Amino acid sequence: MAESDASGGMIETIRQFSAESSPIDFVIILEHGDLFLMGLVQTVALVGLALVIGGALSIPLSLIRAYRHPVLNPIVWVYTYTFRGTPLLLQLYLIYYGLGQFEAVRESFLWPIMRDAWWCTLFAFVLNTCAYTTEILRGAIDATPWGEVEAAKAAGMSPATRVRRIILPSAFRRALPQYSNEVIFMLHGSVVASTVTVQDILGVGWTLNGKYYLAYEGFIAAAVLYALLVWGISRLFRYLERRYLSHLRPRDGSSGGGKRGPKAPSPQPAT
Amino acid sequence: MDQVVAYLPSILNGTLVTIALALLSLALAVALGLLGAWAKLSDNPGANRLGAAYTTLIRGIPALVMMLLLFYGGQEIVNRVGSATGLWEYYEIDHFTAGVFVVGFIMGAYYTETFRGAYLSIPRGQIEAATACGMTPPLIFRRIVWPQLVRYALPGFTNNWLVHLKETALVSVLGLEELVRESFVAGRSTRQLFTFIFVALVIYLILTALSETGLRWLDRRYSRGVRRA
Repeated sequence: MAESDASGGMIETIRQFSAESSPIDFVIILEHGDLFLMGLVQTVALVGLALVIGGALSIPLSLIRAYRHPVLNPIVWVYTYTFRGTPLLLQLYLIYYGLGQFEAVRESFLWPIMRDAWWCTLFAFVLNTCAYTTEILRGAIDATPWGEVEAAKAAGMSPATRVRRIILPSAFRRALPQYSNEVIFMLHGSVVASTVTVQDILGVGWTLNGKYYLAYEGFIAAAVLYALLVWGISRLFRYLERRYLSHLRPRDGSSGGGKRGPKAPSPQPAT
Repeated sequence: MDQVVAYLPSILNGTLVTIALALLSLALAVALGLLGAWAKLSDNPGANRLGAAYTTLIRGIPALVMMLLLFYGGQEIVNRVGSATGLWEYYEIDHFTAGVFVVGFIMGAYYTETFRGAYLSIPRGQIEAATACGMTPPLIFRRIVWPQLVRYALPGFTNNWLVHLKETALVSVLGLEELVRESFVAGRSTRQLFTFIFVALVIYLILTALSETGLRWLDRRYSRGVRRA
């Protein structure tokens, strides 16, 4: 009994120190860990879904751009130019606040969805990331070595097979470094969701600050979580690039003569 | 449409605030970028570490989070220092000044990387040759480094500037009455949010398109005499 009293007293002391003396109230952040976890899930879900859907949509669009389809190419160009040339915040506002202006939207069966902040945010994110990804992928497709296409033609592949077997797989690889930037920018951009009441990581930070009248604790916790996510994403892409772009890397000169194939294990220092 | 005309003065005013914010923060960001690039390239390990910490920190944290942290945290610190020293009473940081500093500080990290990369593209022999001719470091910077720094940095600079321009929209969250906020307020009071947000969107599009064209012209000008494949 006495022991638990003592530890209770100690926790109380830490709490008091944290709230009154320390410049940052750590305890209040830790006490709301579950909220931040929910925010983390929300952010990852929004960004992840947007990347998957936007990425899938960008494949046909980038092919339209790369093959310069006479009718559709200008339309897709206007779309990508508009969405890349304006702030994501405004795009989100236009969808969340703007669409309600039209009676047709308000009376359509989609209104329950289009009124909801989460769906609007997802919609805006998909449109935004799809525009950027389309242009990244178009650049990668344009950079396909012509010899590869010629070889595929010579092997008797139809245009569709060429795209599926030759052009897209190598374009995906070439697009990886730029795409990793896009993923990080999308994560950075996703914070605007909190301005339309979505409880993502920053949204939870706002809520915490508002609830306890804090100046920055919630933002610091959010900043740390975002930095961790960015770190994780860049680690993941470094791994992917090592795996899928290894054939494009200059051979490591130090790791042994004219040997091909995997890098020889580095010599162990003599013990 | 009539309502757009009625609110045009306030929207144009907001546009001017946005442009002023972007240009002033650009000046700060370029200065910080040059300073950061110098720090990261210098032989001083302390400066190196400071430069690395600056760029990693900023690029790891979303701009809006950083803005809120600097804005509300900075406000708090100013007031705590004020009450601790008794020098000033409650002081509220002006939104425009705060916006300029925060956006400049954030974008400075991105320009740091651009300038560092551009500096590294200048052939070392040219600087050695300039030293051998007896030029002082400021003269070398002015005659040899700067003209080529501009050339090598321009493509990266263009990308950064387009991000920078769009980033200014976030300052509306801090409450600055710039383009986004003015059009939002106008849209809300006329119950025509779509129209007014669309107007803001078009203005942003014009600004980015104009900057792109202008910077491409500059790029051509500074790349005169360079052969491109």
